[in-house]
Amino acid sequence: MSSMFSLSDVTVCYDNVEAVRNVSLSVEEGQIVTVIGPNGAGKTTLLMAAIGLLSSRGRMVFQGSDIGRMSVEDRVERRLCLVPEKRELFSDMSVADNLLLGSYSLRDRTSVQKTLDEVYDRFPRLKERQRQAAGTLSGGERQMLALGRALMARPKLLMLDEPSLGLAPLIVREIFRTIASLRDLGVSILLVEQNARAALETADYGYVLETGEIVQSGPAKDLIHDPRLITAYLGGH
Amino acid sequence: MTSDIAAILAIDGIATGAVYALVAIGTVLIFTVTRVIFVPFGDIAAFTALTLAALDAKRFPGTGALVVVLACLATLIEIVSLTRSGELRLAPRALLFYLVLPLAVVGSAWLAMRLDPPLAIRLVLALMLITPISPLLDRIVFRPIADGTVLLLLTVSVALHFALVGLGLLFFGPEGVRTEPLTSLSMELAGVLISGQTMLIVIAALVFSGLLYLFFDFSLVGKSLRATAVNRTGSRLMGIRPARAGTIAYLLGSLMAGVSGILIAPVNTVFYDSGFLIGLKAFVGAIIGSMTSYPGAAIGAVGVGILESFASFESSALKDVIVFSLLIPVLIWRSLASLHSEEEIEE
Amino acid sequence: MTRLHVQIAAGAAVLCLAAAPFVLGPFSITLMNYIGIYSLVAIGLALLTGVGGIVSFGQAAFVGVAAYATAWVSALNGHSPWLGLLFGVALTCGVATILGLVTLRLQGHFLSLSTMAWGLAIGFLFGNVEGLGRFNGISSIPPISFGSFALVSSAQIYFLIWGIVTAILLLGYNLLDSRLGRAMRALRGGNMLVESLGINAFRIKLVTFVIAAFLASLSGWLYAHMSRFISPGPFDAGMGIEYLMMSMVGGAGSLLGGVVGAAIVTLLKNSVQDYLPLIAKGASGQLEIVAFSALFILFLQWARQGIVPFIARYLPKLQHERPQPASPLPRRSQPKPGELLLKVDGAERRFGGLVAVNNVSFEVRSGEILAVIGPNGAGKSTMFNCLTGALRVNKGEIVFAGRPITRDEQSRIAKAGIARTFQHVKLRPRMSLLENVMLGTYGRTSAGLFAGAFRLNRREEASARHEALMQLERVGLGEKPFELAGNLPLGNQRILEIARALAADPTLLVLDEPAAGLRRQEKLRLAELLRSLRADHLTILIVEHDMEFVMSLVDRIVVLDFGSKLCEGAPAAIRSDARVQEAYLGGVA
Repeated sequence: MSSMFSLSDVTVCYDNVEAVRNVSLSVEEGQIVTVIGPNGAGKTTLLMAAIGLLSSRGRMVFQGSDIGRMSVEDRVERRLCLVPEKRELFSDMSVADNLLLGSYSLRDRTSVQKTLDEVYDRFPRLKERQRQAAGTLSGGERQMLALGRALMARPKLLMLDEPSLGLAPLIVREIFRTIASLRDLGVSILLVEQNARAALETADYGYVLETGEIVQSGPAKDLIHDPRLITAYLGGH
Repeated sequence: MTSDIAAILAIDGIATGAVYALVAIGTVLIFTVTRVIFVPFGDIAAFTALTLAALDAKRFPGTGALVVVLACLATLIEIVSLTRSGELRLAPRALLFYLVLPLAVVGSAWLAMRLDPPLAIRLVLALMLITPISPLLDRIVFRPIADGTVLLLLTVSVALHFALVGLGLLFFGPEGVRTEPLTSLSMELAGVLISGQTMLIVIAALVFSGLLYLFFDFSLVGKSLRATAVNRTGSRLMGIRPARAGTIAYLLGSLMAGVSGILIAPVNTVFYDSGFLIGLKAFVGAIIGSMTSYPGAAIGAVGVGILESFASFESSALKDVIVFSLLIPVLIWRSLASLHSEEEIEE
Repeated sequence: MTRLHVQIAAGAAVLCLAAAPFVLGPFSITLMNYIGIYSLVAIGLALLTGVGGIVSFGQAAFVGVAAYATAWVSALNGHSPWLGLLFGVALTCGVATILGLVTLRLQGHFLSLSTMAWGLAIGFLFGNVEGLGRFNGISSIPPISFGSFALVSSAQIYFLIWGIVTAILLLGYNLLDSRLGRAMRALRGGNMLVESLGINAFRIKLVTFVIAAFLASLSGWLYAHMSRFISPGPFDAGMGIEYLMMSMVGGAGSLLGGVVGAAIVTLLKNSVQDYLPLIAKGASGQLEIVAFSALFILFLQWARQGIVPFIARYLPKLQHERPQPASPLPRRSQPKPGELLLKVDGAERRFGGLVAVNNVSFEVRSGEILAVIGPNGAGKSTMFNCLTGALRVNKGEIVFAGRPITRDEQSRIAKAGIARTFQHVKLRPRMSLLENVMLGTYGRTSAGLFAGAFRLNRREEASARHEALMQLERVGLGEKPFELAGNLPLGNQRILEIARALAADPTLLVLDEPAAGLRRQEKLRLAELLRSLRADHLTILIVEHDMEFVMSLVDRIVVLDFGSKLCEGAPAAIRSDARVQEAYLGGVA
């Protein structure tokens, strides 16, 4: 399997600081890859650079093309999608409208209704609330909407920034189960998370990011039991 | 003041207010999508009136020349920008959009004029000629600084207004114009005589507002504009390009300004610099709507029209002072109501 | 380049100015007079817009108020122009004070729109009020006279105009270098910083606003008695934006830029009037304003910074003298070690339906370092903002040094002895290290407008400067006190913020995620600094999410999760607590 998405030696400067330094990682087709690490490690910065909202040095290749200089909108059109940390929903607009806008980049408009039905199947609660304004949804429902909206673009690679953020443990469980099920759609996933346990139980492969650098990597089932993980999060070097 | 006079003033005020409302709605549209407080909007309305008057007099209006000049300038700037970012393959599209299209519009208007068209067609031609101006101005003036603060954009906007006034004098001359009324009907309502023109203004305002509402609520493009206004980052992540959304906003806005120019032309004498006062009063309306609410802007604008009508009855000279002074308490009220973020001012 | 060089250069410039009427022809002198008059307004705008960050489109209205005031007094009522000056200045400043009180609480573009509003309203009044000559204006305005000597020719009034400009520049630069000036310069970039230093942002803005109006009134007075005729024309919206253009072209924030900008714009206008007819015959009148606006737009697009800052970058740097020791500023009485300093009792803060801080209680004792930690979203920042007065709690009490501060404003809490730093560093990057730290001494000093402008505050300034240098040396940044703060790496910027907080002589130092974004070495340095501060008996409260940084540094830890207090205790106990591990690493999925 060739690598669908790869970062090679990527460095991102943000606010005068090198927030991400010489990071290299790759996602194979059909894989769920996670990047975990404590707060402030640079995880969000990494994804912002991957989608093009921040500029970076280094090489970024998606499905064989160098995307380093492409605009955000161009990358989205190539089916590289991001669900950002802040979700960035259109809070005054309805759930249905948010989902519809997710399909904006699709050239083939005939498949939009079919995709919408699929999303509603996966998230029945969204179907119930389709006329409601996005801003009135609960935290978990907003996360589902953000996910559903990204899925409307029929992405090849979906990047998720801290899907568990601000959610109660029960909802977190639900969200991660949904993420795991996305495999059936043939979507590859790059998942960035603070909640190491939930992420590693869902992913195939993991990278640990600390202060902007990758300090560990390996198959997720190995990482989850690694005692060095506790050190990375709670200090004690 | 008798109730008869009050009624007449009120109806007059509503009519003027309806015209301001169209401009106000256009101002809100452009501001929410691009963060530009488009001060020259009123000038666009005035130019439309001047264009229509020229067409009525069977002269080809200066608007055509203005569009050609702006098109050439915009094309030049776009080509240079594409060269610098290494995207010259997009040049043909740019040429089509910034040069061929505006020239085609001017060209077809010119051809149409040779056939001595009726009033209805002349209205359409006037609107056709005026519509490319704002998007072209956006490309030339605002796109290079699209990420600037609202204040910077505002300052540039004010400077642009003065430039347009000068261009207006150059292309249209100093004489004022008044076009034929669009209709000579009149009607009686509750004992007061209402001219057909007044009714037409109100109807047109309602129709265009309605169309805009439908556009925003039922079309994907309209929703994408709303999305850009509500959340720029979110809409970029959907693949919605802010520049395109901006252009559409300017096109729609121009159309509304154009329509208001056509409506006001038979009622008031319009000069090359009348746009300032029109724009400013509509602007008060937009502020009443917090610069973000369409119904608020419309109601505010109508309110300004009514206030102006009654104020001019009391003292014609001071009516403008009253309207401007009204802006301050409105601003205070509005800024109390809205949340402002910390870091507006650039370091 | 030393201070002496600057003084020599200034002296040479003054000499050239004084020699000009004897060298240049009468037309050039008239031009210079106009430049001088416009400079006054532009200098005011440089203060208002460049320093204070308030973009004003309405200064022309203030010029008009003073011009009409003095014309009314002297031409229409036959009194001396000096009385006209008094009346004009008083009236303009009075109007400015009222307008300022009403509008200066507006933010950003709302404030600028309001300047347009009153600029237009006042401008319209000039042409529409009875008794002011309507659109014919007022003529036969008498010249200014000193006793029997009347300033009639342009060369004669030249000296008065440029004498005033020079004096204003001198006073202005003194002011910017003083306590009030530093506060004014700190206004840009938001109110949070200045409020946390005990500075009343609104009052400073009002003072700046009235100063700008005062300068505009001087300009108006001079204008009226120079051209001896006024009409509403020169005080309209177009002139308002021209003044703004002058200030921005010269370099917003630079007083000298105001003069340079006024010169450039005036000379440009002149040459446009000369050359445009050559390019476009017959259309010159209209094209003039188009050309001008187009140039301004180009300028705003490409060269926003302005001329003077641009040139300043290529000039040799000004060498500063290291501050000498001076008498120290008065110090607060410090509490005894171990005494209860801060008590948070049942604090609760909601945002709509979300409970960000839920019934949190803890204490801070004098002389200890306490950390409040928790994963992202735990409510640490909200708790922090409630402590410093940036937010109010909905329920609960906060008591500091025996006094409740639950409902207090940021500036009051700052004055009570709590000094804070910011998660997103809030420094003034274009001010020096020394000046940034001196901002911290604002609450301990008292020099005002006149003391600042006329340099009556030398002793207090020396003490403040000495204090700032001491704090810089204490934190390890004392080597280059005149370096620009913006040039420091992030780690040192954080340390600079601490120095600034220390300069306020606090009893409690509150740090907001000081380790965020720092490299390993920088974190070690910071930890060392905090340890040395504790050895100096300073009490420190840190809000952090970086566990490693906190573990080896603090005495006690309070852990928050989902807004509630999870547990508290010594670092070792916290680290091995299973609940804490789960909170950080995440629950089982």
